[in-house]
Amino acid sequence: MRTVARRDVLGAAFAALTVPGANLGAADFSGRVIELLIPFKEGGGSDTWGRFNAPYLSRYLPGRPTVVVRNVPGGGSITGANRFAARARPDGLTVLGTSASTQFPYLMGDPRVRYDYRDWRVLMAYGTGGVVYVSSRLGIADPTELARIASVPLLYGSQGPTSLDLVPVLAFKLLGLNVRTIFGISGRGAGRLAFERGELNIDYQTSTAYLRNVVPLIERGDAVPLFSWGTLDEQGRLVRDPSFPDLPHIGEIYEAVHGRVPAGIAWESWFAFFTAGFPAQKLLVVPSETPDDVVLAYEDAVQAYKRDPEYLAGKPAALGTYEQVTGAAAQTIYELATDVPASAIAWVRDWLREDFRVNLEG
Amino acid sequence: MLEALTAAIANLATVEHVLYLGVGVVLGLTVGVFPGLGGIAGLSLLMPFLYGMDTVSALAMLIGLVAVIPTSDTFTSVLMGIPGSSASQATVLDGFPLSQQGQASRALAAAFGASLCGGLVGAVILTFFVQIARPLILTFGSAELFMLAVLGLSMVGVLSGSGLWKGLAAAGLGMTMGSIGAAPATGEFRITFGVDYLYDGLPLVVVGIGLFAIPEIIGLLRAGSAIATSGRLAGSWADGLRDLVRHWALCLRCSALGTIIGAIPGLGGTVVDWLAYGHVVQVAKDKSRFGKGDIRGVLAPESANNAKEGGGLMPTLLFGIPGSGAMAVFLGGMVLLGIEAGPAMVSNDLDLTYTIVWSLALANVLGAGLCIVLARPIARLTTVPFGYLAPFMIVAISFAAFQATRSLMDLVALLGIGALGVLLKRFDWSRPAFLIGFVLAPQAEGYLNLAAQFYGWQMLLRPGVLIILAITVVSVWFGARGARRSPVAIAGDGAASGSAVPAERAEAVDPRPQLVFVALAAGIVVYAVASSLQRSPLAWMFPAIIGIATLLACVCLAGVLMFATPGTRLNFDAEQLPGTAPKRGISIQFAWIAGFIAATAFAGLVVAAAVWIALFLRFKAGAAVGKTLLLAGLTSLALWGVERVLLVELPRGVLQLWWGMGP
Repeated sequence: MRTVARRDVLGAAFAALTVPGANLGAADFSGRVIELLIPFKEGGGSDTWGRFNAPYLSRYLPGRPTVVVRNVPGGGSITGANRFAARARPDGLTVLGTSASTQFPYLMGDPRVRYDYRDWRVLMAYGTGGVVYVSSRLGIADPTELARIASVPLLYGSQGPTSLDLVPVLAFKLLGLNVRTIFGISGRGAGRLAFERGELNIDYQTSTAYLRNVVPLIERGDAVPLFSWGTLDEQGRLVRDPSFPDLPHIGEIYEAVHGRVPAGIAWESWFAFFTAGFPAQKLLVVPSETPDDVVLAYEDAVQAYKRDPEYLAGKPAALGTYEQVTGAAAQTIYELATDVPASAIAWVRDWLREDFRVNLEG
Repeated sequence: MLEALTAAIANLATVEHVLYLGVGVVLGLTVGVFPGLGGIAGLSLLMPFLYGMDTVSALAMLIGLVAVIPTSDTFTSVLMGIPGSSASQATVLDGFPLSQQGQASRALAAAFGASLCGGLVGAVILTFFVQIARPLILTFGSAELFMLAVLGLSMVGVLSGSGLWKGLAAAGLGMTMGSIGAAPATGEFRITFGVDYLYDGLPLVVVGIGLFAIPEIIGLLRAGSAIATSGRLAGSWADGLRDLVRHWALCLRCSALGTIIGAIPGLGGTVVDWLAYGHVVQVAKDKSRFGKGDIRGVLAPESANNAKEGGGLMPTLLFGIPGSGAMAVFLGGMVLLGIEAGPAMVSNDLDLTYTIVWSLALANVLGAGLCIVLARPIARLTTVPFGYLAPFMIVAISFAAFQATRSLMDLVALLGIGALGVLLKRFDWSRPAFLIGFVLAPQAEGYLNLAAQFYGWQMLLRPGVLIILAITVVSVWFGARGARRSPVAIAGDGAASGSAVPAERAEAVDPRPQLVFVALAAGIVVYAVASSLQRSPLAWMFPAIIGIATLLACVCLAGVLMFATPGTRLNFDAEQLPGTAPKRGISIQFAWIAGFIAATAFAGLVVAAAVWIALFLRFKAGAAVGKTLLLAGLTSLALWGVERVLLVELPRGVLQLWWGMGP
């Protein structure tokens, strides 16, 4: 009996060695623990996103596995992503939830980055938008009056030259606004607080934070919305954000300011980083060798739970109006966000060096 | 407001609500007793149950859990000198010496009573201020926040221990180490020693544990007694509650202080306990017992750190900005429950706001009550011979440190900081001063940078700045006056006392070890300055100025040690005390700890703990073989259970990685 058992075990081990990951038939996670690695600390946006999704993944993946959110903070998400790159196996049992803060250092060639998006494949993508607003003390009532403050010195608080705040800072430059950037704001919440204190007079917030915290300021007459970043349609073109249908998107403002359709290397560079930062802000990835049936299981699970009434009820607070997408839609976003033309990256590096004396080679 | 308040009380008073709150409290306490875990692991544990529950009950559980985070970590702070979170670091200073004197139940009861008081006072203040707090909070701009950091730093004066030069040098060294990582103004990395781990700076929990717990563990191992030196428990929990009643005014003051500091977003809760501790030392007439087991040193930080959570609700609810780590978890939890915290909440759902505020208070009452009941049985741990307790404590602190960033480097950092802590203790450099510098350096630098850009020199004319400046001056003056009046050393670095150091300070004969340590500290500072100077001015200015000041303090200290007249309090070396019997060596004890961490790196925590505990109990504590195996096995089993059931990550070693047990 013992020999038989051992032969079985050896046989199974041999099979596993020779045909890696070729589990025939559909994936089954019965009795397994899936680690959803979030490279940020508890309580933040990415953590909330992960924790919102985890129970649904658990409920809808075949075999109803236990899904654990594992926070590995550090290096603005580089530490966690590095660890995933070094250790994750292509079995769908470890998945990584990346964010714009994971994408940006990768694009900029941060020396600490030891992960490569080309080694991963996307399971699900979730984007967000953002709205730029100014203090009502500047005396304008709506975005059409933007020209009146074109020469007024504005103050914006950024988390750092290479952070996600690169997108708004570059946007202000493209629009010809006279914005002085103050670095060292500890987060977007802190930026909004400084705005409320009157220390800053131009700010942006991502969509959910805007709806929750800035709309009351607008209603009170303290702030005036200018424009949204917009969002991408199926062809990847910039269109108005359905969350803010009444607000022009940045392309419209650009046209109003410059009298022409946005184009040129500066705009293209902005657009590339915008895509990586907003429409593709959150990506759920696995190593690229992960077998198709595992990926399919995830995609099916996501599509299924998007109809779950409980999910639908909780979504507005957790995710806002944006949809989590899978399959081809996710793939398009993934490529736009992680395969940015070298020319755009070079242009942004030059701009950072010239405007802020930030040297990324050093 | 009254209407909303009655509605909130009606919500609260239902059996169901209290029940769920209680479940949250019990869960929070159970998880919170593990140092370093706190509410985050609790939240993960709770999360699967939250789904499908109605919002009010789920919220009650969540609040119950969050409320007791700063309560339950008091156990390890007081009993073992392990600060489980940043909120209970100051509690260690007097709480642990009290345990050593056998007064553990008294200290715990006083601490929990103070927590309770803090929680209730916080709720009362919140009830009246939540609607008008908004403009008040907004007056705290970056300039005011910088001044608050300066106020915190001024506490170094009263916590300097045996001398101002040493206190300044310790605080400067702390500030230098607190500047490790990204410069707030530019994001440039400095003082990283080329190590990726240091790019984010050293985690506060690791520094707190390394600084306080490791030197005490080593000290106790050398002494070879139980934590309670006599081996018996003396004071009762009723004594602790009597202390609370006797010092009720102090508790009220510190609760109010905690609420206010907690309510100011941006400063974070990390300094509240130190501000409270500094305050009580400043105003006390007799300072001679601080750091050696003055009950006021337990009451002050504990009443402040629970009140802080109530205060922390203000920015969380009013601005959607979490005021502390626990509040970040709470905010995340609320989002998952579909409750949108933000400015609208207080104006539109005042009754819900009050429900949250008073649920937090009620949870504090439940939690503190439960803890007081548990205090006596748990306090018995301090009578266990230390050889039996030590290995478990070392496993516990490794576990706690690992939860900081879940990297093996956390353990390496723990060892490094632990070594530094041992030296600081030996030469009586104030560890509280070091820690305050460490905590406040990034805040001071960050807000100074912002304030300078927003206001320039105008910041000195802002009324808020002037008021805080005045408070700082008054507080320094109070501290200095008090110090003159009672010339006994304010052993701010109390944990240095305990059984090892006699009350009268004896001079060291050979100052050379001290001079070597001064040189080491100066060396670290010189490296920090040199490393910073390679960056842009905004990134080097702060560490350079701090560094130069620290070097000056080091030079003065070295000068005093070499040339000064005999009898200076600055000259101190715990290894050269006359009349103490020679003890077991420091390095052996340290090597045991290092060995454990090496074993963990090799075989992972579960396996390493079993093997190492067995070796320790057998060869160091001299336990019988059966007992040894049983205890070692049980520990591993417990750790394995924590990993499987609580789904908490434990350190894995190269062995597991070879076996392919995943990340």
